[in-house]
Amino acid sequence: MPTPPAPADLEGRLGAILADHATFEGPLLPILHAVQAEWGYVPPEALPIIAEGLNISRAEVHGVVSFYHDFREEPAGRHMLKICRAEACQARGGQGIEAAAKARLGVDWHGTSSKGGVTLEPVYCLGLCANGPAMMLDGRVVARVDEARLKSLLEEVDA
Amino acid sequence: MSKLKIYVPRDAAALAVDAEKVAEAVMAEAKIREIEVELVRNGSRGMLWLEPMVEIERDGVRHAFGPVTPHDVRALFDADWGSHALALGPTEEIEWMKRQTRLTFARVGVIDPLSLDAYEAHGGLKGLRRALEMTGAAMIDEMKESGLRGRGGAGFPTGIKWDTVRLAEANQKYIVANADEGDSGTFADRMLMEGDPFSLIEGMAIAGICVGATRGYIYLRSEYPEAIHTMNEAIRIARARGVLGASVLGSAFAYDMEVRVGAGAYVCGEETSLLNSLEGKRGVVRAKPPLPALEGFLGKPTVVNNIISLGTVPVIFEKGAAHYRDFGLGRSRGTIPIQIAGNVKFGGLFETAFGTSLGALVDEIGGGTETGRPVKAVQVGGPLGAYFPRSKFDTPFGYEEFDGEGGLIGHAGVVVFDDTADMLGMARFAMEFCAVESCGKCTPCRIGAVRGVETVDRIARGDTSAIPLLTDLCDTMKDSSLCALGGFTPYPVMSALTHFPDDFHANAKEAAE
Repeated sequence: MPTPPAPADLEGRLGAILADHATFEGPLLPILHAVQAEWGYVPPEALPIIAEGLNISRAEVHGVVSFYHDFREEPAGRHMLKICRAEACQARGGQGIEAAAKARLGVDWHGTSSKGGVTLEPVYCLGLCANGPAMMLDGRVVARVDEARLKSLLEEVDA
Repeated sequence: MSKLKIYVPRDAAALAVDAEKVAEAVMAEAKIREIEVELVRNGSRGMLWLEPMVEIERDGVRHAFGPVTPHDVRALFDADWGSHALALGPTEEIEWMKRQTRLTFARVGVIDPLSLDAYEAHGGLKGLRRALEMTGAAMIDEMKESGLRGRGGAGFPTGIKWDTVRLAEANQKYIVANADEGDSGTFADRMLMEGDPFSLIEGMAIAGICVGATRGYIYLRSEYPEAIHTMNEAIRIARARGVLGASVLGSAFAYDMEVRVGAGAYVCGEETSLLNSLEGKRGVVRAKPPLPALEGFLGKPTVVNNIISLGTVPVIFEKGAAHYRDFGLGRSRGTIPIQIAGNVKFGGLFETAFGTSLGALVDEIGGGTETGRPVKAVQVGGPLGAYFPRSKFDTPFGYEEFDGEGGLIGHAGVVVFDDTADMLGMARFAMEFCAVESCGKCTPCRIGAVRGVETVDRIARGDTSAIPLLTDLCDTMKDSSLCALGGFTPYPVMSALTHFPDDFHANAKEAAE
């Protein structure tokens, strides 16, 4: 599991991220994406620094972080598996893949498996609707997933 | 020996079924055989059941093979890319391609999406060059004459929207492309951005020049990493080549743009919530008026258009409004890229003039279900679209025609279900999805969706007395929600209930119980 950043490290890196976005119109989402790319989640310690940098309240920053499904308030596992739950994947047997993944990882949605450290998240459409069921493993899209393919993908990440 | 030109798509739908490994196998095999290969990574032709679909060019004609696995590559070289079980013949002669009218998607799958030279060789930038010679008013006339309506689903005439922004007085105006394509069963925006990104850039530049906007944003969902990458590269190339910047193609007009990545909120596909998100706020829906055309991004006049609307602008200016307008049906002019998905034999992107019947799309073009079982229902227009039973398959594809049947075409996604689908379960899912994705601003959506799930669960347990309650709840959500998320969730729910009542009475208990 990623450890929370040390305060000095956080302030230095965050200062650079804020500076990178100084000329942006509407900079908060790009900043939060950059923060999450850096630490894997949005550390709570970062909120007051971002708020001060943008001259908005800490509550506003928290409101944005908590509104969007992408932003995590705590670290995820080493790997991220997102399975599409939307209608087109359901029509192609997606629910069977959801169940198989949950059983194999031993977790429900938003949980992290003890073996392999895979966090399971639902996603509503990856735009692969003619080739479902679809999923995304660590940013890589995979389609026409069956139980055998799911198994071999999870074995690749040791889960 | 001359170079062998081989095309292996880089569209996410191809990459997701190992196109990268196929490309590697092609290059490895060519090296062993000492054959010089020019590998082109094109977009997808849209025949997604054939992906990865590899093409070779011979005497200027492209021949298709698919679906190709890395293990097939050696045998394909052995057959000299001729007679082979995976051979599909000349790509353009495949029935699925021949039946289409490709205007918006003319270049998708044909060219290397990041080659500006290939883009120009296939008609690209002609529209922009023509637009640069026109007055803003003349450009509006061209747009109005084309009959183009918003392809995100609302169907508002694009020319009228542009004119409102053009006539607004402001020191800064914006063009915002809505690439938050969250509807299940839709992938046209993704395919266009991954297969022909310059068409979107050109369309946005034309819009900017027309209305006097010097800056543009593409709000692109985070679920589309390949599209984000391709769009960013294309913008960089367009800037380096003077298509974007202080002087667009050497003219007196300035226009530049960038990609902004969403963060996984479906509701941000709604234009006002998208604008809030772009401003760095929670993606909460705004009340209208004021219209975004007058007070949009940062309070400035803003054109917010769908990717397909903007991506269609170049061909309208290249070939003239009349060419585009002459396709279509009734008030639905031009072509529509229909996405056929779900449990279907031949799924993919099929661009055609408005007017094809739903039945023809599902049975003839889609080839029926992949499982071979009977089609039970077809959801048109994403998670907020109605479920159509077979009895409505003669409905022609058009805005008014679908509205008249209690549905909507939305972003033109068609999702097919076979007879194993549980329509009560699909109704529950629609309410659950609305509850997960509601922005929380208005009560009918925020609370109604949660009550909706509970009410469907009551019906599932056999309490049919909850059916009138569900109907009443849907009426409330439909009439009093602020945006289409709460307002249209009743479409899938009520259409499931109306057309498939048996699924709602499966566990009905005696009244005495």
